Amino acid sequence: MTDAAQNVQPSEIRVARAPTRVSASMSRQSVERLMNIISPVALIGIWEICAQLGLIDVRFFPPPSKIFKVMYTMIGNGLLEKHVWASMQRLFWGILWGGIPALILGVAMGMFRTLRMIVEPIIAATYPIPKSAILPLILLIFGLGEPSKIVMVATGVFFPILINAMAGVLEINKIHFDVSRNFGASGFQVFRTVALPGALPLIMTGVKLGVGLGLVLIAIAEMVGAKSGLGYMIWNAWEILSVETMYVGLITIAVLGLLFTLVLNEIERLIVPWKSSR
Amino acid sequence: MSATIAEPVATSAASDHKIRISNLSKVFETRNGPFTALDTINLDIPAGCFFMIVGPSGCGKTTLLRILAGLEEHTSGTLEITAPAKGRPSNSMVFQGDSLFPWMTVWENAAYGLKMRGLPTAQIEETVGHYLSRTGLSKFYDSYPHQLSGGMRQRVSIARAFANDPDILLMDEPFSALDEQNKVLLQEELLRIWEETRKTVMFITHSVDEAVTLGDRIMIMTAHPGRAKVMVDVPFERPRHVLELRARPEYGELVYNIWGHLRDEVQRARAQDEGRAK
Repeated sequence: MTDAAQNVQPSEIRVARAPTRVSASMSRQSVERLMNIISPVALIGIWEICAQLGLIDVRFFPPPSKIFKVMYTMIGNGLLEKHVWASMQRLFWGILWGGIPALILGVAMGMFRTLRMIVEPIIAATYPIPKSAILPLILLIFGLGEPSKIVMVATGVFFPILINAMAGVLEINKIHFDVSRNFGASGFQVFRTVALPGALPLIMTGVKLGVGLGLVLIAIAEMVGAKSGLGYMIWNAWEILSVETMYVGLITIAVLGLLFTLVLNEIERLIVPWKSSR
Repeated sequence: MSATIAEPVATSAASDHKIRISNLSKVFETRNGPFTALDTINLDIPAGCFFMIVGPSGCGKTTLLRILAGLEEHTSGTLEITAPAKGRPSNSMVFQGDSLFPWMTVWENAAYGLKMRGLPTAQIEETVGHYLSRTGLSKFYDSYPHQLSGGMRQRVSIARAFANDPDILLMDEPFSALDEQNKVLLQEELLRIWEETRKTVMFITHSVDEAVTLGDRIMIMTAHPGRAKVMVDVPFERPRHVLELRARPEYGELVYNIWGHLRDEVQRARAQDEGRAK
């Protein structure tokens, strides 16, 4: 009797448990997704309430409703669009001018030991210099116009992409280089068919880091000697003490950062299909 | 020092030899002084021969294959390989372990050698299609290696080497990572594909069974330093069926004989390993 009961019980429990575990994990997933949305909304809500009740100083922390109203006006009169567009153009050219040389040099450094030995100490020495600290020098060399902003972004994008591209090539299993040599690949073919695609997962990590840093640097660069862009907009708002406009600039940068991450994740999924489907 | 490729000779007697190795040695410079991997190897391999090399691990058999593949230089002696017909590669290697490019689909992997040689697309499609269907991979053209089983991956690797249509096939323990059932299936498949063209094959294995099943001639190597200990001719007719062959008493006898030669070497290799560990 007891034996029979013991034999039946565990299997019954197992059968009963399996489906609940599945539904539990599904609901947990949707709960997590919901929390992702709720937490920022809740923060804004609390902020609004505190501002309305006078619990926080509205000179520094104006109520979100007021910020959004300013934002709405700026979208309406095209001012926000103008600044965003100006920053995005600089960011785009900066990523291109910094990213492409970094990609080529980084992969080449991964492929050729001698080149790595020559360039690596220079990279190691210049990488830790805060990019914002070289802004005066860049302004001196490139002037107050567009080039200095683009160069700022480029220096920020350059390092993470170079370092990750090099690490990406070094991580490729040596056997793949043997295969390409044995199958008669030329130097450029090795670059195109082995080094570059093999390093791509880490290169994408570098691009994400670089774009993030580029966004930081463009805002800094535009605070000095620019007449447009999000950085200028924030700096100008400080000068005329329009705190709401300042927040509009900060929120816009945050949203752009989020958008870039989403877009880059999607690009990564497309160009690194052999990693993402794992 | 470097591999000399002999001109194809008109007389049939001379062109019979595909690979001629005389007094070939390989010494690696290591931190603990010179290390002799291969010691005065002499070999004559006729065209169309399925040549097997069996030896204990660490006897330098992979080094020999890598020298033939042009991935390593020998220290002394001569290596003559009859030049292939114009436009054909001298050799293609099936590597040990996972050598497929993870970032390429099955099709792209199998077409690699032909693409590197810049052959016309139509020819690539025909050849690659043929060998992928011969290896039972027709339904997996667009799969990535990580989506395949170990046996399927090794099939792609074999298709890649055959599709390249080399004069000589070099195989470095291609089945060592597979389970016994898969191994037998792939051996049969390999023999079937090989029968179509009867290319010269140099095949490394540590399995005596595999050597007797596949080979025309077997070289048994000594433990470090690698020397040719004994040469054994395999008398079985072709085409062969792996399981039928293994049921025959002569098969068992031959395996037993070879084991007799090999046993001492395996024990010596083990003694060396233990000596090194101390």
